[in-house]
Amino acid sequence: MNFPENMKYTKEHEWLLVEGNSGKIGITEYAQGELGDVVFVDIDPNTSTIKSGEAFGTIEAVKTVSDIYAPVNGKVIEINKALSDSPELINSDPYGAGWMVKIEISNPAEVSNLLDSNAYKALIAQ
Amino acid sequence: MKKTKFYEIHQKLGAKIVEFAGYLMPIQYNSIIAEHKTVRNSVGVFDVSHMGEVFVTGKNALEFVQHITVNDASKLSPGRVQYSAMCYPDGGIVDDLLVYKITDEQFMLVINASNIDKDFNWMNVNNNFDVKLENQSEEYSLLAVQGPSSKDVIQKICNRNLDLEYYHFFNAKIAGHEMLISRTGYTGELGYELYFKGDEKMAEEVWDKIFEAGKEFDIKPVGLGARDSLRLEMGFCLYGNDIDQTTNPLEAGLGWITKLGKENFIAKDVLLKIKSDGFKRKLVALSSDEKCFPRHGYDISVAGKKIGSITSGTVSPVLEKPIAMGYVDSNYAKENSEVNFLIRGKESAAKVVGLPFIKK
Repeated sequence: MNFPENMKYTKEHEWLLVEGNSGKIGITEYAQGELGDVVFVDIDPNTSTIKSGEAFGTIEAVKTVSDIYAPVNGKVIEINKALSDSPELINSDPYGAGWMVKIEISNPAEVSNLLDSNAYKALIAQ
Repeated sequence: MKKTKFYEIHQKLGAKIVEFAGYLMPIQYNSIIAEHKTVRNSVGVFDVSHMGEVFVTGKNALEFVQHITVNDASKLSPGRVQYSAMCYPDGGIVDDLLVYKITDEQFMLVINASNIDKDFNWMNVNNNFDVKLENQSEEYSLLAVQGPSSKDVIQKICNRNLDLEYYHFFNAKIAGHEMLISRTGYTGELGYELYFKGDEKMAEEVWDKIFEAGKEFDIKPVGLGARDSLRLEMGFCLYGNDIDQTTNPLEAGLGWITKLGKENFIAKDVLLKIKSDGFKRKLVALSSDEKCFPRHGYDISVAGKKIGSITSGTVSPVLEKPIAMGYVDSNYAKENSEVNFLIRGKESAAKVVGLPFIKK
């Protein structure tokens, strides 16, 4: 299993990729494996901000439904439209084409509260 | 926790294993949707060895089966199978089952894994017919080979001509091993179910032989996840979801197997009364054109008021839209009735449709 080192992680299995002031959010390879085939992602297109630790959408997979939690506070810049036609991108490319939202990070200092690759890997190993 | 004789194979194939009815079973090998499509388009193999097999033997075997089940087993001749159900005296369903008539004095009852102990006990409690009841569930392995290419695969390795009609069975050999082969399944596709006894080595030989024969048809193992979505596309009931001891076969749409004209059987009087009084709720099929995922336990509503609940639901891999079964107030049970799935506080428009969801 893959745990990219340039990403930060939550205990709820989201990743955050920081690019300057902005960040992309998705779910980890482990999470997509646990969920199984993703059928669709439900994020209200009117969502303007997300709050750290709060759910901003849901992932409907064949077996179960799961909330998507915000790793940090931020302003939504973009929602990945490709997922509406191809939700399976979350299964096939969870760290790439399967990203869910792009945000402007409100307080970059918050990022340090997240898990790094090794800490997340250790969490999964438990 | 119990394991089937194919457990090692599932592990080697990297299946995701879950506990189901006391067994460690493969829920998926790779992708539930891909496995589902394999069965619809070519051929897949399910290990369903967790299912239970009870043999009823004796001069009064037919009388016993007639008493304990709701369908008319007197219509069966040896080599034929019937879908049926057992009811409690109040009409609640003990289990749904397949009745195999082996000989005039022997039947095999195939029951749900989660109900084996309960059913076997129920059969014994009601054995006023001096029949021998043998629970052979642990001895039997069961593979379901399902899909349009299933006949081509099995014919290659079977010593008999496989011209079985639907719900018929015979004894034959595969890989030199004697087994019962029936043209049955839980998918709505052409398919066969293979019942056999024997150790792990023999079971693995049978499995390998099937996969060798199926290679040219791109045969794949299929887990319980796809088994559930396949049966739901056909509108087949699942015990524990759509039917249980609190539901009766008439409201569950199983009137077609409930032969109320048959001589006395458990729950006959109650079911006759339910039929003449009419019932308050009915199990219906529902579909939606909205983007939503109906699941077991969600409410069904009309104008903000609960009128029923979903017992099974999914997004159909073939139709690529939400489908479900659920009990609704009889006033909303007619085809085309407009209702809503209530999903986490949000209503999605749905309507009552005919079964099966997938027209074959």
